[in-house]
Amino acid sequence: MKPSPFTIHRPTSVEQTLELLSEFGAHGKIIAGGQSLVPVLNMRLAAPEHLIDITAVSGLSDIVVHDGDVEVGALVSHARLEHDERAHAAQPVLRAALKCVAHPAIRNRGTTVGSLAHADPNGEMPMILALTGGHVDVVSSRGTRSLEAAELNVGPLETCLESDELIVKAVFGGLAPGQSADFAELTRRTGDYALAGVGMVLSADPDTGELTGLRAGFVSVTDLPDILDLGGVVAGTQRAEAAALVPTIAQAVEEFVDPVGDIHATADYRRHLAGVMAGRVFTGLISGAVPGRETEEAA
Amino acid sequence: MTTRMFGQKIKRREDPRLVTGNGRYVDDLGAGALVAAFVRSPHAHASIVDIDVTDAIDVDGVVAIWTHEDLPGDAAERLPMLLPHPSIVNPMTGYALARDHVNFVGEPVAMVVAENRYIAEDAAGRISVDYEFLPPVVGVDQARAAQTAVHEGIEDNVAAHYQQTVGDAPGAIASAPHSLELELEVSRSACMPMEGKGVVAKWNTEDGTLLLHSSTQTASGLRAAIAAKLGLPLTKVEVVAPDIGGGFGVKINHPWPEELACACAARALGTTVKWTEDRREHFVSSAHERGQIQEVHVGFDDEGRILGLDVKFWHDNGAYLPYGVIVPLNTSTHIMGPYDIANFNVEWWSLYTNCVIVTPYRGAGRVHATFMMERTMDAIADELGLDRAQVRLNNFVREFPHPMGVVMQDGAEGCLDSGDFLTSLDKLKALVGWDEFEDYRNRARAEGRHVGIGMGAYVESTGAGPYEGGHIEIESSGRVNVWTGLTTQGQAHATVFAQIVADELGVPIDTVHVTTGDTRKMPYSVGTWGSRGGVMAGNALHVTAKKVKAKALKIAGDLLEVSPEDLEIVDGTVQVKGDPSASMPLASVAVLSNPLRYAFDESAKQATQFAKPADPNTPPIKPGEEPGLEEQDYFSPLRSTVANGMHAAIVETDPETADITILKYCVVHDCGPMINPMVVEGQVHGGVAQGVGGALYEKMAYDADGQLLNASFMDFLMPFASEVPKVETDHLETPSPLNPLGIKGAGEAGAIPVVSVIASAIEDAEGFEIRSMPIDPSTLWELRRKHAAGAVPSLHRA
Amino acid sequence: MSAETLNRIRLTVNGVDHDLDVPDRKLLSDVLRQDLELTGTHVGCEHGVCGACTVQFDGVPVRSCLVFAASAQGHEVTTVEGIGNDPEHPSPVQQAFIDCHGLQCGFCTPGFITTIDAFIKDNPHPTEEESREVVSGNLCRCTGYQNIVKAVQRAAELQEQDKALAAGSSAPSGSGGCCGGGCCGEGSAE
Repeated sequence: MKPSPFTIHRPTSVEQTLELLSEFGAHGKIIAGGQSLVPVLNMRLAAPEHLIDITAVSGLSDIVVHDGDVEVGALVSHARLEHDERAHAAQPVLRAALKCVAHPAIRNRGTTVGSLAHADPNGEMPMILALTGGHVDVVSSRGTRSLEAAELNVGPLETCLESDELIVKAVFGGLAPGQSADFAELTRRTGDYALAGVGMVLSADPDTGELTGLRAGFVSVTDLPDILDLGGVVAGTQRAEAAALVPTIAQAVEEFVDPVGDIHATADYRRHLAGVMAGRVFTGLISGAVPGRETEEAA
Repeated sequence: MTTRMFGQKIKRREDPRLVTGNGRYVDDLGAGALVAAFVRSPHAHASIVDIDVTDAIDVDGVVAIWTHEDLPGDAAERLPMLLPHPSIVNPMTGYALARDHVNFVGEPVAMVVAENRYIAEDAAGRISVDYEFLPPVVGVDQARAAQTAVHEGIEDNVAAHYQQTVGDAPGAIASAPHSLELELEVSRSACMPMEGKGVVAKWNTEDGTLLLHSSTQTASGLRAAIAAKLGLPLTKVEVVAPDIGGGFGVKINHPWPEELACACAARALGTTVKWTEDRREHFVSSAHERGQIQEVHVGFDDEGRILGLDVKFWHDNGAYLPYGVIVPLNTSTHIMGPYDIANFNVEWWSLYTNCVIVTPYRGAGRVHATFMMERTMDAIADELGLDRAQVRLNNFVREFPHPMGVVMQDGAEGCLDSGDFLTSLDKLKALVGWDEFEDYRNRARAEGRHVGIGMGAYVESTGAGPYEGGHIEIESSGRVNVWTGLTTQGQAHATVFAQIVADELGVPIDTVHVTTGDTRKMPYSVGTWGSRGGVMAGNALHVTAKKVKAKALKIAGDLLEVSPEDLEIVDGTVQVKGDPSASMPLASVAVLSNPLRYAFDESAKQATQFAKPADPNTPPIKPGEEPGLEEQDYFSPLRSTVANGMHAAIVETDPETADITILKYCVVHDCGPMINPMVVEGQVHGGVAQGVGGALYEKMAYDADGQLLNASFMDFLMPFASEVPKVETDHLETPSPLNPLGIKGAGEAGAIPVVSVIASAIEDAEGFEIRSMPIDPSTLWELRRKHAAGAVPSLHRA
Repeated sequence: MSAETLNRIRLTVNGVDHDLDVPDRKLLSDVLRQDLELTGTHVGCEHGVCGACTVQFDGVPVRSCLVFAASAQGHEVTTVEGIGNDPEHPSPVQQAFIDCHGLQCGFCTPGFITTIDAFIKDNPHPTEEESREVVSGNLCRCTGYQNIVKAVQRAAELQEQDKALAAGSSAPSGSGGCCGGGCCGEGSAE
């Protein structure tokens, strides 16, 4: 299990990176943490001629909370983002989901933006980007563009990125006043890919406690990080009475997801599990046990 | 008096080296050696039409490429059938490199020898093999149906067929008040040590010798096999097992194709050739175990006493049978377990499939046997509405020795030589809280939780022969060198054998240095398997130490002018019993044991010819004596000694997700007197963890084409710390009459009943039958659906 | 001598700078083991799951089989030998593994030691649950983990004793922790 030959390039600036990307086109591949890529290389399931190692590029290592949103540079590791208190305060679902990304040693090296570029439907972070209404900032020698999750992800393990493009930053939407969010998944072992995972953002009127919106995203049970809007189910319900909505939400989720069976679980089971996990996340959110954003000042 | 080491929780003497990065595993050796990589079959069943190496031979750094036609002499013949047995009707083994056919995905087809592994893999990827596909046989059902054959000429796929009978089981069942039939299944898993296999084959052109370092469980076995295959005098081949990163059975098979191919290449190239198995190779080309389909027919009385037990099972042995039928034979001979069953019949078939070969994995067939018996015990209890512990109690053997009536894997009559099952059960029930569980269940139920309790009992024939040896030498410095031939994969041999020797010799344990698995000093050995290391080598060293001690006392007695019977050795000093003033250091005895002409140091002067007046009537070495404070001896038992134990577990199953959590796990274990209880506990913990893997996580998933779908640690779910419960243990120490130390093997015990125990507990939590293991949340949830639809029957007690 | 292009890299391992000529594709695990002969780092899966090859990378545990040596330039790599290479003087974590029978075959052990060593620096008083969690990313096939979890707590205790000694105060005598110093090896003759 040793990789095929390749040349490693270690640019130190975004400009150099873009030049290398333009030069190598489809023969080049960006590597940051490499925690998904290197196993693939070691198993010789891929054999790029050039690896563009961006870990020495300056200016991509910041976590910034700006206007309530969390901006994450391309070199920020899962672990750094997971432990960042300001990011957590702005969007607690980040930490909730990041704790489920593989094991700590992988999170120490793997980058959040890297997992977005990898676009694995079994990965947590592509869904979290979609759930939080986030986007990525992409640059190439041709210019820059901003892509929402729905635009970025075009298929399992497939993004719309061109071979000369680099994601420099991901922006995760923060919680608005009255919102709370959480994530839960069931795995076979700690750190494994989820059998099914569910993230939710619940919106409520901060004054009356009346629920106004609910969005749900899924891991391992949809091909793409599609978001299910359950606003119609919850709107107008008082938080205290919302527990009665759990069966309706579970059913809506079961109808929405489209899992595939494999050696770890049948498709039916995953569908059922997605419904159960959705009910549990929702129950946690309406109970108030999950800290949300109460007021404008809290962020 | 020196504190007795036997029975103490002595910290391990191997640890300081291993924790500081100073271990020497096989891949740590052979720096600068040429490295091999293998082209392996991507197909489960195919004919080889052509192998084209043109593109590979020109890769810079490639030294040689070998296919079957390059193998010399006997190395080109089939690998040995190591364990002939009367049941084997169609023996079939593979080649070091495939010839004409491939029979499983992963079978080695060609070998590249190159400057390093990266380049070797580059070249391997450029070798083009043209295959003609043949239909594969995957799993027991297909093998049994025999619509297609794995091997030409073996149309029914039957490798072995056997029957063992005690009394008249069908008759007893026919006349029994109650009877039941069960269909059971256990899936394929694997040992999966953290270190894969590996070999460094060093050919010495100067003297025409071969030195192999291998991650093997048998240095002596590998040595004999390689010498025979290479046509070398045995004296020209030596094998050393260095530090080994776990074995659990898979490293007992030998020679592995890669060991033989590397040895051939080393000789041909006149250099050192090394191969380190990577994880993917380990999945697809080492060995698996556990796959069996079983049918049980049992007759019993109103108290659940078994009157007759008639079972059949079909065992998946994979593509070849190099290690014979040890696994199904162990199943066959362990089904009766700790129970007194007068009428027993077992018939089994071992079947070829186009999958990785099957050789023993910790427990080695006993896991399956226990599953059969313990599922049956639970079914009987449920049928009669009796307590599961009570039904077991009603069936226990109560008098020892208890002849089992079947011939075991060592060729000897099976016999439960020792134990106290009633006490073990009492201890287990107390430990797990068996009698209080219904209260707990009711409280949990009130909270909407599903909990269940299960138990399982087992016996294990351990310490099988034919023999092991010990060699002990006391240097003139007082250092005690100890050799035994079997190999070590983490069982603390350097500690526990030192304890035994230190006790017998009366020396401080830190003067005792143990070496295992090195044929250069101890060529006579069998190997490490079947929970035999402690029993076999432990007793061999015990008797050897007695011999060395006798020699030391005789020499010291002559000098001190007292009878040897009046001497003892305390803290490395030989002294007169009750009079420590008349004494001499053991080191001095060692000096005097070897009459010298040349004084190589100060102490050696004492042994030279003018050091003391010579007796004119006797030569320096008397007839029948040998120089040196050094002895060798062997232990060879009449039969295996049978260890036993019982486990119990409490599990919780999530009513919605069907997730399964082990809340409590308890073990009562009887391996006789424990040499080092800390080590025994460690063995039990590790065994239970492997058992938990086998119960809830690990399963080799083959598709219909014979492709292994989960050949990685991503998808073959070995448990992490987060998945393994804390194990609570209690011990019983009933000594075995079959060896001087009274000990019974402990290595495999922890793994044996876990699958049964977890099945028992899940069944208890769910209220319907569990007949196939392992089980995962998805499978359990699907079973719930079938149960709800009436397709899976409820338990009577549910 | 090699058949492929080598590039000069500078690695800082266990506090020492090394200039090495290696192919770009060579994994850090292989460079540590083969070029630097630091064979304490073991390779168990080469796909990042087992954790045997875990080293500290700028102080945090990382899988060395998932990093190319060329990418490790400019970072501090610490292997098990860097944590303690002298069998006569093991580090607190290493001593804890000895005390608690936290290893059997020893193959996975270096990856646990590098992981735990980093952990107890930030978490000097781990609970049993935290101790289990921190080792839940490393596979061990021998021990069943129970004694490894104990070793985490014992290591923290030994680290505190070392700190107390360094600070000039007397070490707490066998108090606290999992076992008060004897762990599972009580009655030890060593």
